[in-house]
Amino acid sequence: MLEIKNLKVALEEEDKQILKGVDLSIEAGSVHAIMGPNGSGKSTLSYVLSGKDGYEVTEGAAALEGADLLDMEPEERAAAGLFLAFQYPVEIPGVGNMTFLRTAVNAQRKSRGEEELSAADFLKEVRAKAKSLKIDADMLKRPVNVGFSGGEKKRNEILQMAMLEPKMCVLDETDSGLDVDAMKLVAEGVNALRSEGRSFLVITHYQRLLDHIQPDFVHIMADGKIVKSGGPELALEVENNGYADILAEVA
Amino acid sequence: MALAKMKADTTEARLSGLSLPEGAAWANAARADAMDRVCRMGLPTKRDEYWKYTDPTTLTAPDAAEAALFHNDEGPLFDAVDRLKIVFVDGVFDAEASDDLAGEGIEIARLADAMSADIHWAKDLYGVLEARGQQPVERPLAALNTAMATDGVVIQATGKVGKPINLIYLHKDVRSDAVLHNLVKVEAGAEVTLLETGPAAARFSKQLEVEVADGGAFHHVRAQGRDHERRAVTHCFARIGAASTFKSFTLTFNGVLTRNECVLEIIGDEAVAHVAGACVGDGGDFHHDDTVFITHDAVNCESRQVFKKVLRNGATGVFQGKILVKEGAQKTDGYQISQSLLLDEDSQFLAKPELEIYADDVACSHGSTSGAIDEDALFYLRSRGVHPDEARTLLTLAFLAEALEEIDNEVLAEDLRDRLEGWLARHS
Repeated sequence: MLEIKNLKVALEEEDKQILKGVDLSIEAGSVHAIMGPNGSGKSTLSYVLSGKDGYEVTEGAAALEGADLLDMEPEERAAAGLFLAFQYPVEIPGVGNMTFLRTAVNAQRKSRGEEELSAADFLKEVRAKAKSLKIDADMLKRPVNVGFSGGEKKRNEILQMAMLEPKMCVLDETDSGLDVDAMKLVAEGVNALRSEGRSFLVITHYQRLLDHIQPDFVHIMADGKIVKSGGPELALEVENNGYADILAEVA
Repeated sequence: MALAKMKADTTEARLSGLSLPEGAAWANAARADAMDRVCRMGLPTKRDEYWKYTDPTTLTAPDAAEAALFHNDEGPLFDAVDRLKIVFVDGVFDAEASDDLAGEGIEIARLADAMSADIHWAKDLYGVLEARGQQPVERPLAALNTAMATDGVVIQATGKVGKPINLIYLHKDVRSDAVLHNLVKVEAGAEVTLLETGPAAARFSKQLEVEVADGGAFHHVRAQGRDHERRAVTHCFARIGAASTFKSFTLTFNGVLTRNECVLEIIGDEAVAHVAGACVGDGGDFHHDDTVFITHDAVNCESRQVFKKVLRNGATGVFQGKILVKEGAQKTDGYQISQSLLLDEDSQFLAKPELEIYADDVACSHGSTSGAIDEDALFYLRSRGVHPDEARTLLTLAFLAEALEEIDNEVLAEDLRDRLEGWLARHS
C-alpha cells in the first residue's frame, strides 16, 4: 500500500535535516504504529506524506499503491486515497462542518470520475456515521472545529475519515489531548474502519492508544530514522522502560 | 488659500451650466436651500480630510467619464422573490418596465410627481435629513444631489408591507450621468423592505432619506455592481425612533469608484441599527469606500457596523466609520468591525475607525484587520481533496459570512451568496 524508501527531508526555511532516511513498507490491511520521543520526526513524516508546504525532500521516495506521492498536490494525494488525521485540526470560521464534509466528499468523487452524492444520500450517510462517533447535529452545523473541545476535534477528524473512506490513513497523535473515554470513542471509530483494503499508520507518543487500536507492527523512530521495528510487544517495552533503553541498544 | 481656491474652482466648474429644476414652491425652496449649502461648503477635493483616502475629482468633474457596459449571463437578482419592481434606466423612471406603484400597506409615488404637488408629506423629509447630516461633517455632494435630483421614488409605509420594493437601476448608456433621490417614511409600527440593484449609470449620485417612526422597521438590501468603469457616490441619511429597527446591507462588485456614505441618527430609546457591507474588487482600478457615521442620542440602543472587503490585484478598500455617543445616551451598545482580505501584496485597505463617547455607561467596541487567506485552513481543505481554487472560494465566502449574516431574509442572502460565488469563480 505505502512504500517509503530512504526518505530524507529538510526544512525549507532553515537548513535543517529532519528525516534522515526513513524506510517503511505498509501492506494492505495492516496497522503500523510509529512511536518515538519528541522531535524524532514523526509529525514531519505525516506532513511530508500529505504534502504540506515548508518541507524539502532531499532524497528518497514515497509511493501509494505504486504511484509517486511526492509528485502530487495535496488534493491529488487525498483523491488517491491518502488521509491525514491532524494532530491539531484547523478551525475554519464561517465554513459549516456539513458544507466542509460535503465539499470534500464530492471533490474526491469528482476527481475519481464518480458522480456527486445527492444531498439526501449524503445527509443520511453523515448522520449515521456521526451518530456512532457521538457527534450531534449541533456539531455538524457549527463552523469547522470552531469552539470544539479537543475530543470533539479528534472525533471530527475520524468522521471525515469515515466519510472519505481513504485507503491509507495516517493518524498523527490522535490521542493527544484526549481523556480515556474520548480515546476509546476515537479508537472504536478507527477500528470500525479497519478492513482488508485499508491500512493505517498510527503516530503516537504513548502505548495507551495502542491498547485500543491493536497494531500489527510497531516502529521506533529517533533522530529522523526508524531505529527498531517489531510486533505489538515493542510498544509495551517502551511503556515499561521508556525510549532510553531502546536508543542505547541501537546506538 | 490654495485649498480654498481649489475648492472654489472645483465648485464653480461643476455648477456652471447647472440650473435648478422647477417644481412646487416647497420643492423649489428645498432645492434652493440645498444649492446654498453646496455654495457655502464648496465641493470636496482630494485635500479634504474626509476625502483623504478617496479622490473625489471624477465625482465633482462637470462631465461624467464613459463607463462601458459589462455583459455577463447572470439573470436579474432576487428574481425568485415576489417583489414590486420599479425600474430606472440611466437614472430615468421607466413606467413600462415597472409594476404599478401600489401595494398593501404602502403609498408610492414618483419623486417628480411628489415635488410638483403643492401639498405633499415629502416636504418634511426631502433634504431635511441631508441638511441635518451636514453636521459635524460636511457632505456637499449630498446637498448637490438634493438640489439637482428630479427622479426617484417616495415611499410611505403605513403597515406591514407584504412584498419587498425593488428599485432596479439599469445602465444602458455608456455616458449617462444619473441623479436619483428616494424617500422612505416608515410610520409607527410599520415595516418595509427596500431592495436596490444594478449598476445605474456611468456616474451615479444617489441619495436615500429614511425616517423610521417608533416601533417601525426598515430593511434595506442593496447590490451595486457589474460595470467596472462605473462611478457612484451614494448617501443614506436615516433618523430612527424608539424601539425601531434599521438594517442596511450593501454588496458591491467591481466599479472604478464607489463611495457609500451612511449617516444615521438614533433618537428614540431601545432602537436597533445595523449597517453592513461586503465588497469584492479585482484590479488596480477598483476603489471602494464605506463611510459611516452613527449618532446615539437615546438610551439603551444598539448599533452594529460590519464591513468586509475582498481585494485583489491592486484593489483599494476604504472604511471610515464613526460611533458618536451623545451625553445621556446611556446603555449604548455599539459595535464596529471592518476587515479586509488582501489576496496579494498590491492591494490595500485603509481604515479609520472612530469612537466619540460622552456618556459614561456604555459598551462600545471596534476592530479593524487586514490579512491574507489562512494558509493552514487552505492546506486542511486541500488535504481533504478540495481543489485550491474551490478552497479559496470557500474561505473567501467564509470571510464575508459575518457581513452577510446581517441580512435577515435568508432567500435574499442566499441569492447574494450565489452571485459572490460566481464572481469569485470568474476571478480565481
